Amino acid sequence: MLSVEDIHTYYGHIHALKGISLEVKEKEIICLIGSNGAGKSTTLMTVNGILHPSEGRILFLGQDITTLPADKIAGLGITQVPEGRRILPRLSVEDNLEMGAFLVKDKKEIRKNRDEVYELFPLLAKRRKQQGGTLSGGEQQMLAIGRALMSKPKLLLLDEPSLGLAPLIVEKIFDIIRHINESGTTIFLVEQNANMALGISGNAYVMESGIITLKGPAKDLAKDEAIRKAYLGED
Amino acid sequence: MKFVIVLVWAFILLFPMLGIEGGRFVWDRVLKVMAVITAAGMLVLIYHYFLKGLSFRPKTFDASTKYRPPRKLLIGLGLAGVLALPWIADNYTCDIAINVLIYISLGLGLNIVIGLAGLLDLGYIAFYAVGAYTYALLNTNFGVPFWLALPVGCVISAGVGAFIGYPTLKMRGDYLAIVTLGFGEIIRIVLNNWDSVTKGPNGILGIKAPGLFYPVVENGSIAFAHLYLKNLIWMYYLILAIAVLIMLAVYRLNTSRIGRAWMAVREDETAAELTGIHTTRMKLYAYMLGAIFAGFAGAFFAAKVRYVNPSSFIFLESALVLCIVVLGGMGSIRGIIIGAVAIIVLPEMFRGLALYRMAAFGGAMTAMMVFRPEGLLPAKRKAQEVEMERKTANIS
Repeated sequence: MLSVEDIHTYYGHIHALKGISLEVKEKEIICLIGSNGAGKSTTLMTVNGILHPSEGRILFLGQDITTLPADKIAGLGITQVPEGRRILPRLSVEDNLEMGAFLVKDKKEIRKNRDEVYELFPLLAKRRKQQGGTLSGGEQQMLAIGRALMSKPKLLLLDEPSLGLAPLIVEKIFDIIRHINESGTTIFLVEQNANMALGISGNAYVMESGIITLKGPAKDLAKDEAIRKAYLGED
Repeated sequence: MKFVIVLVWAFILLFPMLGIEGGRFVWDRVLKVMAVITAAGMLVLIYHYFLKGLSFRPKTFDASTKYRPPRKLLIGLGLAGVLALPWIADNYTCDIAINVLIYISLGLGLNIVIGLAGLLDLGYIAFYAVGAYTYALLNTNFGVPFWLALPVGCVISAGVGAFIGYPTLKMRGDYLAIVTLGFGEIIRIVLNNWDSVTKGPNGILGIKAPGLFYPVVENGSIAFAHLYLKNLIWMYYLILAIAVLIMLAVYRLNTSRIGRAWMAVREDETAAELTGIHTTRMKLYAYMLGAIFAGFAGAFFAAKVRYVNPSSFIFLESALVLCIVVLGGMGSIRGIIIGAVAIIVLPEMFRGLALYRMAAFGGAMTAMMVFRPEGLLPAKRKAQEVEMERKTANIS
């Protein structure tokens, strides 16, 4: 579905991605794990078009999207739940959701998608008139995911959905991610919480300072000695 | 309590203007004005509490439980009053009303740029100038009538809006403000110096008033007679129509897809982009639409005064329109109407104070910033925002 072929991305002079290749197959969950500053978020930003690679190319459903601007890429069905959620704190929950449906022009469809999101997150339905900024961290993450789902994406990019959340809430969020995947959305997950991420993913990639150091089925990686040491806190 | 402080402050502020005349104090006038202000303030307060008392209900998020006066009735009454105004008021009042309506149009246009899209524009009056000069030049050089020049003026204003918008929209906040400020001045200076076309500081004379064709029956056949709308009353109705049109447009925009996209751009550009909004294009739209409304108002201004010169488009005018938007409450149509009335009518009322009226004006603006940072009648969303900022400030 999505294939990233040997991309190099720079932040000014900093060579952030040094030849990343990865493959996302339809209906699966893949995860990209790694420590702070490894380039995980940069990879996502390059996929969604906020950044552009200087080398390599990105294909989505057979189409070259390497140089497309972010809004066009969103139009093709790639939506991202950005790192740190980035909901619109001063708009209501409902307005936030409707924002996510910007690309959907049919009002009936927007309403239908919204009801589906409310079904998935009953908590949001209860708080629909409340301002986004007054929600708790977990609720904001739900809102960010809900917003991304409003456009019915084919591929959902999630950047650190567990960031700053209590363990119980993290589990809830991951349950929801699995649920979203089961109802047909392909998911590309970027996480520092390797344990949780490997738990729900099919394939996984491990990243370190701009390159992919390991890849394979998540189950195998979860057993890998080096990974257990580096990311799962065992010795 | 705040009310008392305001009173004392107003007293200190107004005292030198009202009280000193010819080197001596005139106490009775000061006291009279203060009494009027106090009474007005009390009335507002009483009204406020009265409404609050009526709307007191257990706290729910459902807005429909709140007391609201029947809206249609209010709008109807307001409209009737506005329509009847030129017949009951004298020419002076009518002229001020026309001014207020011009500034309402400008305020609503600028509100799109600042209130919705969050782009601080300090050179807004340039678009007003473009509209005015477009009509002035087309009319005096080619005899183009008002109704044809109006759309042309809008297109040119929008074009200029896009022209200035495109290179500057990559900037944010303060930088954008400075660039737009410069742009506003550039337009004015060009108008001032391009003698061969704009006649420089002398301005353009002899602009025709808008005309109207109406059918008359003459010898059994229908002919069209032409009438110039020179009369103040006609001008009033014309600008009223323009202002109402703009109000409707803004009202619809507020809840539209584009309106929401503007708000998203204002709140968080990256997040907006990720949901598929072409942020640069949205900002351009905001600029162009704001420019179009200003172009409308400008063409009308040229047609009404029938004379334009560059000194009508100085920076102070931009600041004035900005004041209207901020004073009235960003993003709210009602607020901008009140703001425009306040900004245009108050200085007229204080005309007797001559030089001091701008000081009183500044004082009023400062008072607003202290006591009602969200504006007189803020948009609901904006009011929530300010309220929330207060709360978060209290927490941290």
